[in-house]
Amino acid sequence: MKKAVCLMLVLTLLISLSGCHGTRGLKAFEIPEVFDTSRAYEITFWAKNDTNVVQADIYRQTIRDFQALYPNITVNMRLYTDYSRIYNDVITNIATNTTPNVCITYPDHIATYLTGVNTVVPLDQLLVDQSYGLGGREVRFESPTREEIVPQFLEECSFAGHYYALPFMRSTESCYINKTYVEKLGYEVPEVLTWDFVWEVSEAATAKNADGTFQVNGQKVMIPFIYKSTDNMMIQQLHQLGAGYSTGAGEVRLFNDTTKELLYTVAEHVKSGAFSTFKISSYPANFLNAGQCIFAVDSTAGATWMGSHAPLLDISKEQLVEFETAVRPVPQFDPANPSMISQGPSVCVFNKEDPQEVLASWLFTQYLLSNDVQIAYSCTEGYVPVTTKAQQDPAYQDYLSREGEDEEEHYSVKLQAVKLLLSHLDDTFVTPVFNGSASVRSASGQLIEETVKAVRRKQPVNEQSIQELYGKMRSLYRLDQVGGNLGEKAELGALPATSVVLLATLGLCWIGIGAYSATEWYKKKNGQDRK
Amino acid sequence: MKKILAFVLVLAMVLAFAGCSSSKAMSHADFVAAEMDSQVTVETYVQATQSWWDNKITVYAQSEDGAYFLYEMACPEADASKLVPGTKIRVTGTKGEWAGEVEIMDATFEILKGSFIAEPVDVTALLGTDELIAHQNEKVIFKGLTVSKVEYKNGEPGDDIYVSFTYGDGTYDFCVERYLTGPETEVYAAVGELQPGDVVDVEGFLYWYEGVNTHITAVTKA
Repeated sequence: MKKAVCLMLVLTLLISLSGCHGTRGLKAFEIPEVFDTSRAYEITFWAKNDTNVVQADIYRQTIRDFQALYPNITVNMRLYTDYSRIYNDVITNIATNTTPNVCITYPDHIATYLTGVNTVVPLDQLLVDQSYGLGGREVRFESPTREEIVPQFLEECSFAGHYYALPFMRSTESCYINKTYVEKLGYEVPEVLTWDFVWEVSEAATAKNADGTFQVNGQKVMIPFIYKSTDNMMIQQLHQLGAGYSTGAGEVRLFNDTTKELLYTVAEHVKSGAFSTFKISSYPANFLNAGQCIFAVDSTAGATWMGSHAPLLDISKEQLVEFETAVRPVPQFDPANPSMISQGPSVCVFNKEDPQEVLASWLFTQYLLSNDVQIAYSCTEGYVPVTTKAQQDPAYQDYLSREGEDEEEHYSVKLQAVKLLLSHLDDTFVTPVFNGSASVRSASGQLIEETVKAVRRKQPVNEQSIQELYGKMRSLYRLDQVGGNLGEKAELGALPATSVVLLATLGLCWIGIGAYSATEWYKKKNGQDRK
Repeated sequence: MKKILAFVLVLAMVLAFAGCSSSKAMSHADFVAAEMDSQVTVETYVQATQSWWDNKITVYAQSEDGAYFLYEMACPEADASKLVPGTKIRVTGTKGEWAGEVEIMDATFEILKGSFIAEPVDVTALLGTDELIAHQNEKVIFKGLTVSKVEYKNGEPGDDIYVSFTYGDGTYDFCVERYLTGPETEVYAAVGELQPGDVVDVEGFLYWYEGVNTHITAVTKA
């Protein structure tokens, strides 16, 4: 009987403990004192490019150059052209601990990766490590110091009290304008666009001839205003108006009256045919270059696709229309105080069991910020290097000074887009990062997409439909469940009944073990006493 | 009185059932005639699917009278494996157009009994003509095209392959769509090995992106 009880107790204990398996995750990363170069490391790098083969080539060259400096590190790259696919694959791989070592990503996405235990390496100590940190004495290349990273770009990678990424490239959005058509309609392109101006000109451009063609271009197709990222459209409008979006603590404030008014405006201009979106109609660049769009808002990192002489094209040359392209910041509500989003890829390091492997990953990550990589990659598109070291490099300054010299590397529209961001660095902002902030971003754009669809499908857009839309978005993106500061203890409410039962069983087991041991001890002691 | 009451009840029941029944499936001709952004319902047969992702699946579907591109149709992961070639489905969604491709978007589906696999139709003679678009999304074959350029989207195998062909005076850009026929497939390898000047027969779905942009499913040297 005793044996049976004992066995049962041990078994219960084992089962109870096995329930805890998997919750511990990886051990927190600690910087090794010395990087062991006698060993070989193979690391994976998941990168993103903008369907731009030159960017892919620069990544490959970067890897070759890095491997020449560190022959014991092999970098295997996997290329993506879509951030959301990287995000999805990382999430899938966290469960099996098969994340990449280094990954191009957005801070919003990292916030979700952090739900795994010690999944992403905090970089605070690595940034300042004297041996292997930024500008460290043991680093085999000229890396920037922490002070040489543009402060606001670095701050964008700080959340939950730690730096979880390094900025890699920065961009913003700009409005690419068919200046020729704006002037044909009797307007002048102002230095800073206002929303009122863009809507007014867009409405004017919807006028048709008797044969159904549009007066401004003589074609059957004209969508005067197309926005690529409606997430950004809503976020920037709300920011410009000082309206609610979300708080740093993860409180979702997107579903407010200002948002509703903005959606009404969108609906009004969809109805007249003045506005559409990328998801509904296709790439703004294709319409702009075919003379079928007047205001195309897209990333500065998409500048090489914009304009009659764009080096990258997705339409046939026969479809191209000759026009003058103007580049301006995104439309504003208060042109005296412009504000625009800061975006662009960041890079994070995933934790692994072997700290030496993580250190190898960190060295590669740091290499991505070296001047050669920063300047080469930023010149592929309307990106800005994230270090002052690269921005002030004579080679980069020379690049900037040669705007319009050719229609490839020095393509005028691209360089105008770069200079737009450089001259508005202090006008940029980012949205708060928390677990679920990626969902709030998606919902903000989806509000516009759903409104556009509703109008096109001849459905009403009114108080009732918008309240229903708010409910649908909350449910679809589970926005009632997001929030909470990362890394801080949250109030989780009462324990579920199953947990209570499990804990009670555990307690009973320990009481049973204790009672059994005490009884045995007592019997033994009495027996000894009787001897 | 009893008879009247019974009649009224039967009538109410019939009307109720009529109200419950789902909207009638339209023919392909009705679909073509339907206004853009209007709700459409079709009964059709799966010919191929792109890889399932995020509770959505993109389907190449075809019936005896025409074909459909079902873009990101709502589909739980468990149902994705049921959409094998030949499967009959009833699809309700909205007719849309994206870069010239007419599609059904925001769609839902139910599986029905029945099976049909389309044979590729030879549309070589229609290349460069306005008649080609009438076959949009169908399983087609082009015979005797000359390869002019083969490019991997990212400069190396892994993503889409862009292939340009010449036929007569025209050049046409086709694509090996990674999510339809990925790097592990025969066609991906075969297209990767094509050289400019090769003359080939190309089979695929007549997708549209700013003009004809067939998604290649098979290629054989002529």
